[in-house]
Amino acid sequence: MTATNTPETFTVSRLSGRQIVIGILVLLAAVMAGLTIGPVDIAPHRVVLELLNGLPGVEIDSGLSEIHQGIIEKIRLPRVVLGVLVGATLSLSGAAYQGAFRNPLADPYLLGIAAGAGLGATIAITSDLGDGAGIFDPVPLVAFVGALIGVAASYMAGHIGGRSTASLVLAGVAVASFLTACQTYVLQANSDAFREVYAWILGRIATSGWSEPMLMLPYFLITVVVVLRHRRALDVLAVGDEEAAALGINPRRIRATVVIAASLGAAAAVSVSGLIGFVGIIVPHTVRLAFGNSNRIVLPLSVLFGGAFMVLADLAARTLVEPAELPIGVVTAFLGAPFFVLVLRSSRREVW
Amino acid sequence: MAGIRIQNLKVAMGGAEILRGLDLDITSGEWLNIVGPNGAGKTTLLRAILGSLDYEGSITVDGAVEHPSAGLARSIAYVPQVPVIPPGMLVTDYVLLGRTPHRGAFGADSPNDLAVTAEVLERLDLGSFMTREVRSLSGGERQRVVMARAIAQQTPILLLDEPTTALDLGHQQDMLQLIEELRHERGLTVVATLHDLTLAARFGERLALLDTGRLIQAGRARDVLTVDTIKTHFHANVRIIDDEGGPVVVPA
Repeated sequence: MTATNTPETFTVSRLSGRQIVIGILVLLAAVMAGLTIGPVDIAPHRVVLELLNGLPGVEIDSGLSEIHQGIIEKIRLPRVVLGVLVGATLSLSGAAYQGAFRNPLADPYLLGIAAGAGLGATIAITSDLGDGAGIFDPVPLVAFVGALIGVAASYMAGHIGGRSTASLVLAGVAVASFLTACQTYVLQANSDAFREVYAWILGRIATSGWSEPMLMLPYFLITVVVVLRHRRALDVLAVGDEEAAALGINPRRIRATVVIAASLGAAAAVSVSGLIGFVGIIVPHTVRLAFGNSNRIVLPLSVLFGGAFMVLADLAARTLVEPAELPIGVVTAFLGAPFFVLVLRSSRREVW
Repeated sequence: MAGIRIQNLKVAMGGAEILRGLDLDITSGEWLNIVGPNGAGKTTLLRAILGSLDYEGSITVDGAVEHPSAGLARSIAYVPQVPVIPPGMLVTDYVLLGRTPHRGAFGADSPNDLAVTAEVLERLDLGSFMTREVRSLSGGERQRVVMARAIAQQTPILLLDEPTTALDLGHQQDMLQLIEELRHERGLTVVATLHDLTLAARFGERLALLDTGRLIQAGRARDVLTVDTIKTHFHANVRIIDDEGGPVVVPA
């Protein structure tokens, strides 16, 4: 940047209306792409009419056949909605972890969530739980419990090792290693389940009707409300615990609240969609580079752009190698990493 | 205005006694400089007053507003020796952090918070840096930005840990001069640690000499800074030149 001595007008970083509009437009465009593109292409205006028709009290003829209506309502819409919820939650959780731990590489899987969910899913898939339950799929629930156990164990182990951020992160590493070892052990004893577990680990946005989006929704809401409420506090936390405390906030309480809320959302996301890596890092950093570093901006925009990113990644996953599907975790990393490097190169802003 | 009374203050960290029964009264509205050799406990004393470490003994701050959600942050502002400057944070946003104790962790910025921030930026000649990243500033500019955050906190007491440590001679004088002006304008009580004895004698009203966790002597610079006390506590051989601005300490 160049130094100038011209007086400037006084402004502080805050989320602008323009940024919100951009975020919403990008999200809507991604949702429309997700709804219209597929093995059967459906005209966008008909999709819009069909969606409006779905609103209570609205009667519009979209001109779509019943089959096409079914594709939109029963297949694509739940999948797109799940993509939005999972992407928004993982991105917001990542941004929240990065703020709470003051570390650009923190991601929502930091504290044993991935390993705990992986162990839970492996147990559910390899045991009889996976078969014959019929009514509901037990894998997400067991994975969710596993993820929560992973976070809780990391937190408790971190407390034993002292109360610093570093001891919490190290405890997370230890817990994750232990849980991964358990998972490997279970898997070795049931090697026929290898494929299924592996597919789960690579992640996918797959729905059977509305059950996954409905499972995800309450945790998404909790994470969004709690984390966004702490957006200013996380900016204060950026100056470190001692200075933040001297500014009158309680760093430990704020960190604990934010991390627990973010973990809850990440655990729910992992349980319905497997381990989709990279989203929690790439989306918040791209937002930082494009719009500014303050958490007042990064946290809300991560929700919008995270949702859009995941829908587009899922679109790529199911169309690039039609009729087969790529694991979405592969797409997020394969396309996301080079994209992020491009953004990094073209920006002169220091992000961390 | 607020004074500070410290009685029998003891602090132990990692099994070592850092402060061993320290008594000190700081009068409302005065500027007290804390001097002493490395490891005397100067920074620890500031952090104890701030309430950021556990101690025995008592520290009372007259007129302190223990705000339920902001603690002592409405009474005491603190400038650490090495402030943490978050990457990418802009000058205005950084100074605005000083308003945290007034809006709480969750509140929005009030018009008054923004007005105070703008006024402080203006007062400290930071108007042309407002949209710069704090990290991109020079040492002297950066220290002024950190000072601006403390002033924006609008507390009666300022604790400054080595406020001139990273600055060249000119900027050291500018910074101490600025502190003096702000203290008069706003009726502040200033407690600063300074390692440069001559500067510590020139600015501020009293010196407190600490060594091995105890107060050795507090008083006017002329009375505290003698060849003998400096030899005893700093293990340095010096000459002291009596200048009209205060004693000047030079290596012998």
